Amino acid sequence: MSSMIAIQVTVNGRRRSFEVAGHQTLLEVLREDLELTGTKECCLVGECGACTVRLDGRIVDSCLVLAVEADGGEVVTVEGLARDGRLTPLQEAFLDQGGVQCGFCIPGQVMAADDLLRRIPDPTPAEIEEGLAGNLCRCACYEQITAAIRQAAGETTS
Amino acid sequence: MSGTGIGGSPQRVGGQDRVTGAQRYVADIRLPDMLHVRLVTIDAPRARIVGIDTSEAVRVPGVRLVMTAEDLPQPVPRFGPQFRDRPVLAVGETKYHGDPVAAVAAETEEAAEQAARLVRVDHEPLPAVVTVAAALDPSAPLVQDPSLRPGDPLAASNVLREHRYGWGDVDAAAAEVVVEHAYEFPMVTHFAIEPHAFIAAPDGDGIAVWSSIQHPNWLQRTMADLLSLPLSKVRVYAPDPGGGFGGKQHPKYEPLLAFMALRVGRPVRLVLSLEETFQAVRRASCEIQVRTGIAADGRIVFQDVAADYLIGAYADIADRVVGKGSYPGCGPYVVPNARIRARAILSHTVPSTAFRGFGNPQVNWAVESNLTEGARALGMDPYELRLRNVAPRGAEFIPGDTPADGEWQQTLRKAAELLGWDTPLPAGHGRGIALGIKSGPTTGLSYATVRLLADGSVIVFAGTSDMGQGARTVFAQIAAEELGAPLDWVTVVMGDTAIVPYDQQTSASRSTVLMGNAVLAACREVQAKLRAMAARVHGIDESAIVVDHGTVRLPDRELPIVDVLRAGLGKLGGEVVGNGEMRKADEPGHPLGGSAAFFELNCTAVEARVDEETGDVAIVRYVTVSDVGRAINPLQVRMQDEGAAIMGLGHTLMEHYIFDEAGRIRNLGAIDYKIPTSKDLPLEIISATIENGDGPGPYGSKGMSEGALLCVAPAVAAAVRDACGAVIRDLPLTPERVWRALQEREEAPR
Repeated sequence: MSSMIAIQVTVNGRRRSFEVAGHQTLLEVLREDLELTGTKECCLVGECGACTVRLDGRIVDSCLVLAVEADGGEVVTVEGLARDGRLTPLQEAFLDQGGVQCGFCIPGQVMAADDLLRRIPDPTPAEIEEGLAGNLCRCACYEQITAAIRQAAGETTS
Repeated sequence: MSGTGIGGSPQRVGGQDRVTGAQRYVADIRLPDMLHVRLVTIDAPRARIVGIDTSEAVRVPGVRLVMTAEDLPQPVPRFGPQFRDRPVLAVGETKYHGDPVAAVAAETEEAAEQAARLVRVDHEPLPAVVTVAAALDPSAPLVQDPSLRPGDPLAASNVLREHRYGWGDVDAAAAEVVVEHAYEFPMVTHFAIEPHAFIAAPDGDGIAVWSSIQHPNWLQRTMADLLSLPLSKVRVYAPDPGGGFGGKQHPKYEPLLAFMALRVGRPVRLVLSLEETFQAVRRASCEIQVRTGIAADGRIVFQDVAADYLIGAYADIADRVVGKGSYPGCGPYVVPNARIRARAILSHTVPSTAFRGFGNPQVNWAVESNLTEGARALGMDPYELRLRNVAPRGAEFIPGDTPADGEWQQTLRKAAELLGWDTPLPAGHGRGIALGIKSGPTTGLSYATVRLLADGSVIVFAGTSDMGQGARTVFAQIAAEELGAPLDWVTVVMGDTAIVPYDQQTSASRSTVLMGNAVLAACREVQAKLRAMAARVHGIDESAIVVDHGTVRLPDRELPIVDVLRAGLGKLGGEVVGNGEMRKADEPGHPLGGSAAFFELNCTAVEARVDEETGDVAIVRYVTVSDVGRAINPLQVRMQDEGAAIMGLGHTLMEHYIFDEAGRIRNLGAIDYKIPTSKDLPLEIISATIENGDGPGPYGSKGMSEGALLCVAPAVAAAVRDACGAVIRDLPLTPERVWRALQEREEAPR
């Protein structure tokens, strides 16, 4: 077994210290060590977006990031969005607009949408389609997700 | 959103957990002492297993079990929903690329992975058949051991079964125009974003199984048979699947995991990689020959259809897919003479299974495309031709089956109108239109239990799997409507065979109709008990009392249900329980075992533009119209229809398995196999419904959710041809194929 490396990561506002193997991905550590299973595992090659999380202010495919790379960093997962059980306007908008069917891709979609709205507070549909092109949804709620992001943008910019 | 009642579109019930990450899918479940499993496969489509050396693998620290076929009961148990042909692990030879020969269970995922790589499988590659032509060659190796089909004359061939339907006399029918062409439909995969996941654990004197499964009760039966256990000792937990689309209907690796769990006496868990899901489930590819005869006035005279579906190495449910999918092969038209022959052909490929549309999109692609060719040959508008032939309500368009159960012309007209069929087209644009039809469930059995609790809140128990289609929301809406509870006071319990009553299956767009009716019947039983309760409390005759939705009407006043409930239950409290059953019995002698409970009918109309330099197809406007009887939840209907349409654009424009010369799949996984993203959408999508309240489900609803996928390909291909003259009869319409077809086109674009 390879030697373990001690790292510290702030996850959803809580500072966590743990030991990881050099080859372990951020996704594995989140799901297995921290039991934050909201972040999903699908393609493991950075194509589907189901494992999208926020790392130091930008979104990443956590399946492509080594846990050691996150040492000293700040991670936000889907579990870190709602506060005190209250959904964010974006999460509400996903439900209002029908952006959720089976739900498996949704944590990644929500994280990508959250990031988009931080960068572009009032995105056009084309900007939304571009911004979420890395998040696959086989239920294909793409139109509804676009509507959800527009709703959330309207609520925060108006 | 407009209200929570019937016809309203409240937020999805259970949706909150899906946006916060709290929703637990099978891969998110952790049991104490659970071991991790990895499969051992051979990188060949077919091979003889000479020997398996596990000595290195078992020495990996943390490995607790390396299981091969030899470690299973002998003969190795076999299972399958139609034929018991699939062994728990490969015996003697592997029959498709990805067929597991062994499995490792270890304390960590990593150890399991490492040990799986160290299992040495001494093997000898064998010739494989991966195409229809190769499988039908008289010298082809037999995919299935003929002893599995004793007495079957086809057992000495790779044809698993042949289905023949027809009426009238095709050979004697005279037509003005006869068009005949061959079409191909590709091998595609479900690509649910949740890869299949399984857990098995010893459970007292029985077994517990967790699976992302659409049919928990069917899985329970399979496990009970394999393990010789009573049903009551097999507990299936079926958390909501993260997308099913048919690929999660039938058992895959649950039997293997159960034998492993019982061997080690601990829970074992297997989560497939996405690549492994490509090697677990796919849609049958198909080669279809169609000959269509049309009279001078545009009436269809005959259809002569021969479809060869290439199924996999094990039957799974594929033969039913072939039989049921080809059955309405002539479409929703009055066709006086018909001949349909469909064959399920075994091959050394991944077992094909149910996939949204269940065998219909393949034949539909060919027959609808051929109809458009016929219209062209006749110089007739393809929309007009369809309008002239579509079956009117009540017409027995498939003799002996359910007559046309909707105003289908209305669906066709609405789609044409929404697309702007008769409006001028910009240069380089083209239009196409097609109809799709699918027989709904032919048999069904669903039970539901509804408990009205002392405070007026409600728990519904229903064995449907909510894989995204929104069944939980629909059942909650029905119970809320009938019992007068606010929607957020209704809890729907699913996915545990020890708690939830039996349901046959979640498939064929059945649940709103069949389970919906069972939930409705359970609510009606609760209402009947409330009536008796009100009669007792108020000292009046039951016949003078009406319970209507949330209200109890007495001769002199109306009371909310909860008031009657409180008074009736008294100091001890308690609850009122209702049970509902919905049965659609089998019909002996019917070729499918039963007539259609309803038909799913869809019209898709498309405007496309083609980049002649690159062959790239852009969908400018996309219209999908489904006859849904009545939308209980219009937003969910729209999500299902648009989702089905976009999924259909996948097999129409980009998706297909690619094989190497040996027969291995070359494009396993998300990098080399593309599905539609937010960048691949039509520029405009319009979805609409026809709602005449004429369905057999609650409030006149019909089943829906597959209809909008059925005829995507022929509508798009017709639009492409109309736009640029490219004739393509082999899906998908990749830019390369379109570009090549453009180089070969005979006719100039209009």
